[in-house]
Amino acid sequence: MDFATLIQILDSTVRLATPLLFACLAGLFSERAGIFDIGLEGKMLAAAFLSAAAAAVTGSVWLGVGAGIFASLMLSGIHGLASITFRGNQLISGVAINFLASGLTVLLGQTWFGLGGRTPPLTGDARFGPITLPFADALAPVPFIGPIYAELISGHSALVYLAIACVPASAWILYRTRFGLRLRAVGENPAAVDTAGVSVNGIRFAAVAICGVLCGLAGAYLALGLAAGFGKEMTAGRGYIALAALIFAKWRPWYALGATMLFGFLEAVGNRFPNIDLGLFVLPSQFMQALPYVLTVVILAGFIGKAVPPRAGGQPYVKER
Amino acid sequence: MTDTGHTGRQETAAPTDLPLAIELRGISKSFGSVQANKDISIKVAKGSIHGIIGENGAGKSTLMSILYGFYKADAGEIYIAGRLTPIPDSQSAIRAGIGMVFQHFKLVQNFTVLENVILGAEGGAMLRKAMAKARETLAALARDYELDVDPDAVVEDLSVGHQQRVEILKALYRQADILILDEPTGVLTPAEADQLFRILNGLRDQGKTVILITHKLREIMEITDTVSVMRRGQMTATVKTRDTSPEELAELMVGRKVLLAVEKQAAAPGAMVLEVENLRVRDEAGVERLKGISLTIRAGEILGIAGVAGNGQSELLEALAGIARGTGTVRLNGVEIALTASADGQSRRARGIAHVPEDRQHLGLIMDFTAWENVAFGYHHAPEYQHGLILMNNDAIRADTVSKMERYDVRPPIPTLAAKSFSGGNQQKIVVAREMDRNPDLLLVGQPTRGVDIGAIEFIHKQIVALRDTGKAVLLVSVELDEIMSLSDRIAVMFDGQIMGERDPATTNERELGLLMAGVAE
Repeated sequence: MDFATLIQILDSTVRLATPLLFACLAGLFSERAGIFDIGLEGKMLAAAFLSAAAAAVTGSVWLGVGAGIFASLMLSGIHGLASITFRGNQLISGVAINFLASGLTVLLGQTWFGLGGRTPPLTGDARFGPITLPFADALAPVPFIGPIYAELISGHSALVYLAIACVPASAWILYRTRFGLRLRAVGENPAAVDTAGVSVNGIRFAAVAICGVLCGLAGAYLALGLAAGFGKEMTAGRGYIALAALIFAKWRPWYALGATMLFGFLEAVGNRFPNIDLGLFVLPSQFMQALPYVLTVVILAGFIGKAVPPRAGGQPYVKER
Repeated sequence: MTDTGHTGRQETAAPTDLPLAIELRGISKSFGSVQANKDISIKVAKGSIHGIIGENGAGKSTLMSILYGFYKADAGEIYIAGRLTPIPDSQSAIRAGIGMVFQHFKLVQNFTVLENVILGAEGGAMLRKAMAKARETLAALARDYELDVDPDAVVEDLSVGHQQRVEILKALYRQADILILDEPTGVLTPAEADQLFRILNGLRDQGKTVILITHKLREIMEITDTVSVMRRGQMTATVKTRDTSPEELAELMVGRKVLLAVEKQAAAPGAMVLEVENLRVRDEAGVERLKGISLTIRAGEILGIAGVAGNGQSELLEALAGIARGTGTVRLNGVEIALTASADGQSRRARGIAHVPEDRQHLGLIMDFTAWENVAFGYHHAPEYQHGLILMNNDAIRADTVSKMERYDVRPPIPTLAAKSFSGGNQQKIVVAREMDRNPDLLLVGQPTRGVDIGAIEFIHKQIVALRDTGKAVLLVSVELDEIMSLSDRIAVMFDGQIMGERDPATTNERELGLLMAGVAE
């Protein structure tokens, strides 16, 4: 494999990792507050659909992003209502959201556009174009550094940079602010927060809302950045991969960056070399697709350190006597 | 407000000339048809330690939850420092200067002490400044009240006693003037409890008001200035501690005369029942928790195991009950018992070993299952519970449960009620009935009266002695030294997985046992 190929794969890694990173951070906020969210997939899907639809109709990519966030927030609201207010089972609520999004996107797409569930293809201002960082063209010819800067670092869409900026921002919120302290506490022992006179439900709803916004961005990026429009089931399990990455990252923002980049890399390699010939046998592309899940199982089994989920995760908070 | 003529004596112990920290007037609270608090009025003088004593379910915790804003009273008024102060939520309670130390700590286990202390009282959106300020305040509090805790320690690494200090620090950090402690010594060693009492005395000397909720008479007598007694949701008396006696308080609590001492004849030890030689047990992490235990118990004898919790008593019970694996030799009636993989509770029961586990809610009962199902557990293979080859004879089990409930005074005697619906004492009676009623040769019993009210304690103690008197062997593990001393015929003290020594309860004393419990051999 030559240097240019490697740069291409890494470039593709960054782009493929972006939706995973948004979704992973979304899950991180939710789960750190004790709300398990298996509905990342559904929220991404709904966001991808509505953002593509809005961008197709208005021709504005940013209105598309706004619509995507709105769609995701609505589903977050349902999840919050079911699992926080009504203390329902979080897994069931999440699964319901996935089914709802899966059916609703196709139904609405067909009703609105009549393209078999697709949205019209997006062009021009209706989708994200690459942002060329300063001096990218000038530096491009410089050996080694040039391609890294011009192709790997420069030339992505705005949301890619936003996703990466979200990592330090999330770490800062979680570990340096009052809100972050309370959010982490609510995921570990909500009774401690309650007796301290802080609303457990308030914090949890805030966390679920942040999750909604980030999932909205993940979906919008899929439809407006990675692809040019919405296609049926276009999330293709990315929500679940993001959950796997979240466990892999042990619920920490910087680790989440590493985990999603690793999973993005596996996907990029799988795309580039569908079948890897190892001489003795051929590694089929399915192997690469399965690898994130295999790695997650390995992590869960405790081979590489221990992944301890937030202790109050998945349990609705009921004030005890 | 009117006095509705309570049973028992009604006195105003807090002199009216002293400023009052708290006054409750006519507090009532019902949960459905259950009246948890009935027209409760109480005055607590500033700078005093006021005890509230009552059996489990008497309404103590409900009353304090109302004071801390967890529940809203149906009727009644709360006055703080003479001013009418409604307390609709915990935030208002904190603002009114009330701090609460719950029986089950409300700490975030993987946070540091500092993070736990500032949680909810950060004083700004950014943590850095809040942390620095809290660090200083903690240092000052540590100096003033002997509350030393490393602010950077992670809570789950701290001992229970230290975790409790963090809870007290949390309240003081919020500038609490009134500190409510709910059953604070339930989880502490005697030494830790003494330390807590010193801290509480220090707090009182600095002008703080302390409300101590407990069901332990000794603590009330030892530390409080005044004491209020609750029974079935009502305040039956408020008296000065120095004017009362444990006997009087017990009577006020239970509503009848209670025997605080256990009545028993001298033991008449018979044949050897249990012989343990060099028993060793490792925990999951591979740490040796039992380091070569040897002991014997004869028929008609109670061997009490004293010790601070966590020194191997649990492992000893579990190894003998077939829950934990170990090495060494254990003989029951002269026949060796396997300690290896084939060991389980079932085979032990078949050999005549019954087990009343330390933690009845996790090991003794399935809380969501009915009483009759719980009565069958472990003995569900008994022929009288079978109906043909496959089916259980549920009618027989239910009938047997009714009979057990009558004989062991389980209230209410309803076999179809879920285990969790019974009070702690009655849950324990269900376990005791199940285990003792099979007439075992050896009874293993851990913390028989933990979280059990006085009336039930009396009953359970009588049952244990009665079993001994029928010529059975009893191994009693308890962290309550009183219990060990009053029930045992011989006392062995455990420390760090070893037996430090054996004493005769007639000739030893608490001090001597306390030293052995701390690992100080003579």
